[in-house]
Amino acid sequence: MSNELFQEMAQSIIDGDSDVSAELAQQAVAQGIDPLEAISQGFVVGVNHVGEAFAKGDAFLPELVMAGEAMKAAVAVLEPELARRGTERTMLGKVILCTVEGDIHEIGKTLVGTMLSSAGFKVFDLGVDVPVMKVVEKAREVNADIVAMSALLTTTMVHQKDVIEALEDIGIRSKVKVMVGGAPVTKEWVKQIGADGYSEDAIGAIKVAKQLLGQ
Amino acid sequence: MLIPKLQLLDNDLVKQIISEAIAILESPGIRIHNQEALELLAGANCRVDFNAQVAHIPETVIRQALETAPREFTLFDLNGNPAVHYYGDKIHFDPGSGGLTIIDSQTERPRLPKTADYIKFTKLVETLPQIDAQSTSFVCSDVVPEIGDLYRLYLALNYMNKPIITGAFRKDTWWTMKEMLSIVAGGDEAFANKPTAIFDVCPSPPLLWSDFTCQNLIDCAHYLIPAQLISMPLAGATAPVTLAAAVIQHAAESLSGVVISQLAKAGAPIVWGGSPAIFDMREGSTPMGAVETWMISCAYVQIGKALGLPTHAYMGMSDAKIIDTQCGLESMGSNLVAALSGANIISGCGMMDLESCLSYEKLVIDAEMIGMVKRFVKGIVVRDDPIALDLMQKSGHKGDFLTLAHTRKWFKEEQYLPSEVIDRASFDGWVARGEKTTFQRARDRVEKLLPTYKPNILTDEQRKELREVTTQIAKKFGMEDLPVLPQGE
Repeated sequence: MSNELFQEMAQSIIDGDSDVSAELAQQAVAQGIDPLEAISQGFVVGVNHVGEAFAKGDAFLPELVMAGEAMKAAVAVLEPELARRGTERTMLGKVILCTVEGDIHEIGKTLVGTMLSSAGFKVFDLGVDVPVMKVVEKAREVNADIVAMSALLTTTMVHQKDVIEALEDIGIRSKVKVMVGGAPVTKEWVKQIGADGYSEDAIGAIKVAKQLLGQ
Repeated sequence: MLIPKLQLLDNDLVKQIISEAIAILESPGIRIHNQEALELLAGANCRVDFNAQVAHIPETVIRQALETAPREFTLFDLNGNPAVHYYGDKIHFDPGSGGLTIIDSQTERPRLPKTADYIKFTKLVETLPQIDAQSTSFVCSDVVPEIGDLYRLYLALNYMNKPIITGAFRKDTWWTMKEMLSIVAGGDEAFANKPTAIFDVCPSPPLLWSDFTCQNLIDCAHYLIPAQLISMPLAGATAPVTLAAAVIQHAAESLSGVVISQLAKAGAPIVWGGSPAIFDMREGSTPMGAVETWMISCAYVQIGKALGLPTHAYMGMSDAKIIDTQCGLESMGSNLVAALSGANIISGCGMMDLESCLSYEKLVIDAEMIGMVKRFVKGIVVRDDPIALDLMQKSGHKGDFLTLAHTRKWFKEEQYLPSEVIDRASFDGWVARGEKTTFQRARDRVEKLLPTYKPNILTDEQRKELREVTTQIAKKFGMEDLPVLPQGE
């Protein structure tokens, strides 16, 4: 019985159907199925399938993004049940995500957020044009493991450096890993500002984030 | 005589696009993060929500703005000669701008450009007759980022004869740039009478005017400085994925720009321009070499013409990282479509890698493409009457056309004569000349062209004033000294 449901769960992710994925999650709760199993044997199977298809060139960004949205919808239904049972999904880490101050480009950042949360990170997406201190304060407030920043303009990418310096100033630089991204960001820039990592694209961000946390 | 033209939209679709764009400006309206613009619109009977910073613009206001917007205007060179006539289907070309890197002629790889590169690029543009105007091509890495926009204009004014397409990155730097233009023209009024520059202003897709760019638009209007709207919907990401819908979003954003401009000052010169693209669904990038990108541009240009406005497009670029086959095929396809669309100015030559990189060699190669497409849109011209009959009666059975005065008279008009960048020699000829690639021939040509550069007429006094103005603002942002300009120039 469960197997069929798990297959449907995976399919709802592949189809990118948030309504169906949420409904199936609800069904799992109603049937008393372990939410962690629903996630790992049902929904995540779908996420992995879409990720692999994307890497092969058989699936594209719209499918990826919608799969991420469907995943979020399912997890939103399952989280209260997880809390009720006292179990928590193994969270890979807490990520503060933003587009830097003065910059309103958000497509890449949002994709990274979707990818990271699908992969099991807890993502705090602060949005765009986020002041340096807001990023730093949030990182401190939630005990973030990673600060991930996006910038599309050479005129705004300098704020990625500002955030790193502010993390140092308040004494938490050693506690977080910093990853940066965006079109003008290069390996040289990462070295120059003392960031810990960067990804060329949203898919690669998952691997980089995991590596930074030693996983 | 038929001038070749390309239109992608039939009349009904043009009407529907305009009609939906107008409806969008009523609902959901346009987001405007600029107080002065919101007040202008409120004062013109638009429903404005100052808290949400959204304006709802009724059709009457839009139509009124379209009435006062000039149907044509001209940019002049520094000698006061007309250089770019924004009118009808007249086409002109200028290089892409806002680049971050330049292709190094030796390594053929990108690097950060400096002042010397900018000067070299500006001079090269001057020596290429196919290119009609300058642009503020790339940001110089040897000055503080806060003056990145105005520093380009400072350098350009020192070396250019041709007019320039420029733009600001901030509100305050716009004023410095205006001051520079005034110094060169001999006053604000003198500049407005014979403008030598136009400012690009870019709404943010979808449906948003950011504070500084909206302010630039208003300030340009107040001083009758021409402004060029650069709406850039990314179809599938920041605009709907269907090409027609992207054209509608472009129209809505651009109409709002026309309204803001004309409310700030009725009659201010304004251009229906843009830089849209599709969103690549694999790479998440914005390919300027995609044929659909060209289609969106060609279509919005047609809309602009239907509205009676001067037009612009960002075309003639490639997404290639090196100057290879992809670089050529994308640039040529784009240049030809752009020329046939009749956009009054086409920005993009010399630019590659997703609008981020410029190249001396690509500029020179693109100049050849421009020469070709300009020739193409001149069409097949009737030179004589009869066209061929008497020629054939005289020489038809001899085949001595190469010796005729008729051939000598017309060959330079009939044929675009490419430079050695385009190789048409025999195979042995190509070998004898060193078996050079296009890139190598282009690089040689760059070296040949640069010494032919002719300085402009700026006086020492004007150069001194420009430098003072630039130095002052550089100091304000923590840069004590500007890079030194080469001596004797």
